[in-house]
Amino acid sequence: MTTPLLSLDEATIKFGGLTAVNKVSFDIERGDLFGLIGPNGAGKTTCFNLITGVYKPTSGKILFKGSEIGGTPPNRIAEKGICRTFQNIRLFPSLSVVENVMVGAFLRHKTNIFSAFLYLPGAIRETEQFRAQAMALLEVVDLADVALARAADLPYGKQRRLEIARAMATQPDLLLLDEPAAGMNPQEKEELHLVVRRIRDEFQKTVLLIEHDMRFVMGLCEKIVVLDHGEEIAAGPPEAIRNDPKVIEAYLGEAV
Amino acid sequence: MDVLLSPLAGLQMDFGALPQQLVNGILIGSIYALIALGYTMVYGVLRLINFAHGEVFMIGCYAALFTSWAMGFTATGMQAAKPPTSNIVTLLIMLFVSMAVCSLVGVTIERFAYRPMRNQSRIASLITAIGVSLLLQFGGQLFLPPLQQNIQAEVNPFRDTISLTLRQAPASLKQEFKTASLAQKAAEERLAELAPPGALTSELSPEALEVRERLSELTIKSNSLRAQVNDASVFVVIQKGKLIMFAAALVLMIILRHIVLKTATGRAMRAVNHDFQSASLMGVNVNRVITYTFMIGSALAGAGAMMNSTFEGTAITPFAGVALGVKAFVAAVLGGIGNIPGAVLGGILMGVAESLVVWVGLSGYKDAIAFVILIVILLFRPGGLLGSSAVEKV
Repeated sequence: MTTPLLSLDEATIKFGGLTAVNKVSFDIERGDLFGLIGPNGAGKTTCFNLITGVYKPTSGKILFKGSEIGGTPPNRIAEKGICRTFQNIRLFPSLSVVENVMVGAFLRHKTNIFSAFLYLPGAIRETEQFRAQAMALLEVVDLADVALARAADLPYGKQRRLEIARAMATQPDLLLLDEPAAGMNPQEKEELHLVVRRIRDEFQKTVLLIEHDMRFVMGLCEKIVVLDHGEEIAAGPPEAIRNDPKVIEAYLGEAV
Repeated sequence: MDVLLSPLAGLQMDFGALPQQLVNGILIGSIYALIALGYTMVYGVLRLINFAHGEVFMIGCYAALFTSWAMGFTATGMQAAKPPTSNIVTLLIMLFVSMAVCSLVGVTIERFAYRPMRNQSRIASLITAIGVSLLLQFGGQLFLPPLQQNIQAEVNPFRDTISLTLRQAPASLKQEFKTASLAQKAAEERLAELAPPGALTSELSPEALEVRERLSELTIKSNSLRAQVNDASVFVVIQKGKLIMFAAALVLMIILRHIVLKTATGRAMRAVNHDFQSASLMGVNVNRVITYTFMIGSALAGAGAMMNSTFEGTAITPFAGVALGVKAFVAAVLGGIGNIPGAVLGGILMGVAESLVVWVGLSGYKDAIAFVILIVILLFRPGGLLGSSAVEKV
């Protein structure tokens, strides 16, 4: 059996007396389209924060490609190949769309600041190369036509897609999407659905996403883990999840 | 009331002197701008007022001074049979050393004083900054030369001035002055013929006495005409060195603009400026960006220090960074702290405001005026001139 790409082993984090994530374990294999769902306050975003190094787990292990990453600084984790988007959009508002994506390529820069301001050919070539890559990513999320606009001026749905492009610029093996469809209209959701599929199929990325919209998750993900009050209450393919009494109870309350 | 208004009694507004004062203000303002950039850049990435930035400037002054000494420009060196001569290379060496030393000092301060406090409360970092500032001031008193020092004037090879005449005096007036001064000269020569220098009045011939009488009238007339010509014409005198200083400051600002807008590090700085954490999650090495920020900001202070003490001839003491640091900080806040063009604008405005205060004859209030301006502008624009206002969308 091969090592899973990402593996949570009883990952736990406590804030004072509150256990936000309690002994959650799941494995994500390369090429998975993996969903993480649960009612509000279930600990989904906290899980993302553990995986991306924002929080250090109180106990338990997080293994990425077989090595422990719990507590590693966020930028080191991004270098190892995990990148994410945010539930509440966190773009760099006054930077242009293409610059936002180029920030994601920062960790792959080899030339330093001195060669950059001396206009050394290597630095110029590198910048041009990253700009071209950023434009290619903008094509994928269908934002190439607004590349020079300020990120803050984009409409909401486009900002969400820009976040995906920015995360893709770090060339991650695992892409984490935190409620990518939140606030989108049905047509935007349809487009997003295609973008996520394309990222998996064409770019061979593994995707882990948090989503509230059941239809969106069920139609997209192949494996799903359900959290409630920080605990894992179900795991499996969409059909199994849909009919799991514990999941129904968590979402609809006890009276089912 | 009279007591309150007494400073105003000396008010004068000589509009002929205004252009000169404006030029002086813009020139010194370019130095304030260079220092203000350091405050604003550090605030941009760390939300920290780096109170030690003025002391980085002070160290830059000493770095330039010691470099000039090393090249032979000491008080005794200038008395030597063959005193050293200065040229553009001398200045560039001093500039480079000063910038390099300041970069090193700035990065060291960040690494050992601010980084360990990064995850503590904001107030802890602020107190650390004040502590570093005091440490450098009083440490400087212990280890640096005790008396106030000046860089030898000869270090600046561009001491000659250029004069720009903005308005000529009427030709008739100038002609009159010319005639009067010629007559004065002729009378002087005649007197020299009639009486040997140093002769007593009793020894003079009647003719000599008459010439002497006429000479004193002519002198008064020509002096008064000279004053009239000066009053009627408007001109600006600038030392070439100060023009070079201004040009160098502009070049440095253009380089900074290029770094911030066009390089990967600059993009990362702007990203960190907006959102420290999400930049880090996108793989930006925030520590490296902060190191670069301190390096660049401190190098600009070093350049300002070298140019201020060489071309403006300001005296150097371990406390030289205090007043200038405060002024530059005010300039940064004035322009909108965290905003790079704002720091440049604020610096220039500060310089001009100061020289206008001197112009109206209140030079004693020069340093206080900075704060009056700050208070007034912040009352109307709390975010500074180019800063974003604090109103957030809810």
